[in-house]
Amino acid sequence: MDTEKKAKILVFSTDKISDPAIDLAGLMKIHYSPTVYTITVPCSSSIKSRWIMHAFEKGYDGVFIAADGTDCPYGESCSELTGIIVGNTHELMKAKKIDPARLKMAAVCSVCAESFVKHMDSFTKYLSKTENTN
Amino acid sequence: MKKKIGVYVCHCGNNIADYVDVEKVKEEIAKEDGVLITKTTMFACADSTQKEVVDDIKEHELDGLVIASCSPKLHLFTFRNVAERAGLNPYNYVQANIREQVSWAHSNDPKGATEKAIHIIKGALAKVKLSEALTPPKITATNVVLIVGAGIAGIRAAIELADMGTYVYIIENQHFVGGRTSQWNSLFETNESGEEVITRLFTELKKRENITLFTGTSINSTSGSVGNFEVKLKISPRLIKMDCVKTDDAEFDKKLQQAIDICPVEVPDDFNFNITKRKAIYKNFKSEFPKCPAIDDEACTKCGDCEQFCEAIDLHQKEEFIDIKVGAVLLATGFDPYEPPKGEYGYGEIDNVITLPQFKRLIELDENELIYKDKKIKSVAYIYCVGSRQVDGENKYCSRYCCTSAIHSSIQIQNKYEGITSYHFNRGIRTYGKQELLYKESSEKGDIYLQVDEENRASVLVENGKTIVKANDILTAGKEFEAEVDLVVLVTGMTPRAEKRTGEILKVPIGRDKFFNEIHLKLKPVETVIDGVFISGACQAPFNITEAVKLALSAASKANTLLNKGEIELEPTLAKINKGTCDWCDECTKACPYDAILKTDLDGKAVAEVIEAKCKGCGMCLPVCPVDAIELIGYSNAEMESIIDAMIA
Repeated sequence: MDTEKKAKILVFSTDKISDPAIDLAGLMKIHYSPTVYTITVPCSSSIKSRWIMHAFEKGYDGVFIAADGTDCPYGESCSELTGIIVGNTHELMKAKKIDPARLKMAAVCSVCAESFVKHMDSFTKYLSKTENTN
Repeated sequence: MKKKIGVYVCHCGNNIADYVDVEKVKEEIAKEDGVLITKTTMFACADSTQKEVVDDIKEHELDGLVIASCSPKLHLFTFRNVAERAGLNPYNYVQANIREQVSWAHSNDPKGATEKAIHIIKGALAKVKLSEALTPPKITATNVVLIVGAGIAGIRAAIELADMGTYVYIIENQHFVGGRTSQWNSLFETNESGEEVITRLFTELKKRENITLFTGTSINSTSGSVGNFEVKLKISPRLIKMDCVKTDDAEFDKKLQQAIDICPVEVPDDFNFNITKRKAIYKNFKSEFPKCPAIDDEACTKCGDCEQFCEAIDLHQKEEFIDIKVGAVLLATGFDPYEPPKGEYGYGEIDNVITLPQFKRLIELDENELIYKDKKIKSVAYIYCVGSRQVDGENKYCSRYCCTSAIHSSIQIQNKYEGITSYHFNRGIRTYGKQELLYKESSEKGDIYLQVDEENRASVLVENGKTIVKANDILTAGKEFEAEVDLVVLVTGMTPRAEKRTGEILKVPIGRDKFFNEIHLKLKPVETVIDGVFISGACQAPFNITEAVKLALSAASKANTLLNKGEIELEPTLAKINKGTCDWCDECTKACPYDAILKTDLDGKAVAEVIEAKCKGCGMCLPVCPVDAIELIGYSNAEMESIIDAMIA
């Protein structure tokens, strides 16, 4: 039987797009785990792999990139570039024997409050099984 | 590294303090290195608190400031100004969001919320400790506003913006301007008709050369951002050439009328809320703008009969697309009336049950006698709060306008026709402000008011071919009352527009009530979290005409203030190259969507250089650098990693 723990998740959200959605989830009082911590960046394609790896080294169970997707105000290449970052980081994670599933990315638009919370719930559920993070 | 930091933890009334133990948060944060002052405050945004913070910064020579309160989307600039007033660089201020992302998000778990608030503030402290004093860059902005919706709010905003020197494009997805207001008859308190008000306003609009109107037009797509939106507009075919239609040309009008008469298609007239029918060629009222009628493309069978009579008709017109560049977008898209489902108080099942908007059109159309479905109306029952204040349904809100509108209509029929008895089955009359005068007048005229509640509502039934409304009046100790009436009017409220695409394209957040969401009801009532997109009027919540116009003027002022300087201050979030580490590889130039990085020479070594005027601070160049030689101001490795550390400590 799995042992349950409170998974700590670091969310990279974007100032213009996914941050408003996370705020909206709060406004609508749609609850998710309080061990989800958000750090804001201008654009999801600006996230460095080293920051993600640093988070794992420091003890976060999971990292979630709430990406701009096609809504990115900075350009169409955002989705592709963010995908490359995730791919590169997955390779680094494999090299360190970290389950790549502990890094997730999904496009979260400025009104996608419910979608964000669903992502957090399912990610929390996955990470809370200690066998997935140990 | 900052060593004299002030931290203020806001109660936000009860919004934060109900779920977060702010005193415990204060105690924990006070233990952190570099924190000189820690205070809790009832409202950090209050003038008195702002003054206190300014005094603290000056007195203690604080070199960093953290305010833990609401989302930075709401008060970042308020508190940056506080820092600036005290002589502290505004970028040495960091806001910790412990309301939207903590107290509200975790209102089910106060202990968890308190713990999270501590971690979030520690993250903000880590950021402020490494923050630099910065000067924001500026971008040019187009002093042009696109207004979506040519109802009363949109037209009024257009006139105001034009008079302030802003160029305005105003688009209306219908073929005629005026929106809902043009559908209403006599308006309280001037008794002008909606048609007259719209005609007067549109005449004013036409005088302004810096306004361009497109009817039958909607937003197809947008790109860009505040100051420089590129918008593709879709213009649907009117099927009548507007330039052929002349004013005061009796011969032409005759031909057009013949074309309308010959049209074999009849559809429910949505201008009259479907209580009448119209042809596929139509115009809602004589003074309507534009003067040219339109052909309903969906209803028209393209039989071509009308073309024989009128050369202006062109059934081969196709939709068109045009591109415009604007600095801001103002949404004034209005509302849809609540449409009761079949069976709600007999609607759609009992012949003489109609909605308030239908009733208002009926009053407008019936000149001498009030007649519905060939029956002269001598008694009317109004059932209030239909589609509003729903206990079980989605619309929990009060629609605000409907009590007044129903009572005003009741007075109108008393004045216009003779001998009509009115029964008002209400849930407490909400004729606030001056509108209370109507309630008084109606009562004095003999209207009968009976109050029900959500658990004991009125019911409508047919007995022996007669329509009966029954209710237990709570003002007379629940005494049962029944009235046989000729007409039942469901006093329906407002709902958000069924058309969702405009909001979706612009990514405007919607609230729990499904209307567009402003940043803050009191402090930023017309701004959205999408920079450069403003909302006004009944697209953001139920409002009456007076309120909608006030919001439209407010939104117009905000849009003009944003754009009229021709430039907008941006965040000083620029990429920086560590030229010592850079070993030119060209990856950053390929990643930059703005051509903001070029190759330069540094003592014989090729390195990258950022053109600050072009850099938008997106950071796309950061992760592609193989030697990690690029950092973004405010998002350096040291800052990001220290925040990551602090939030889990």
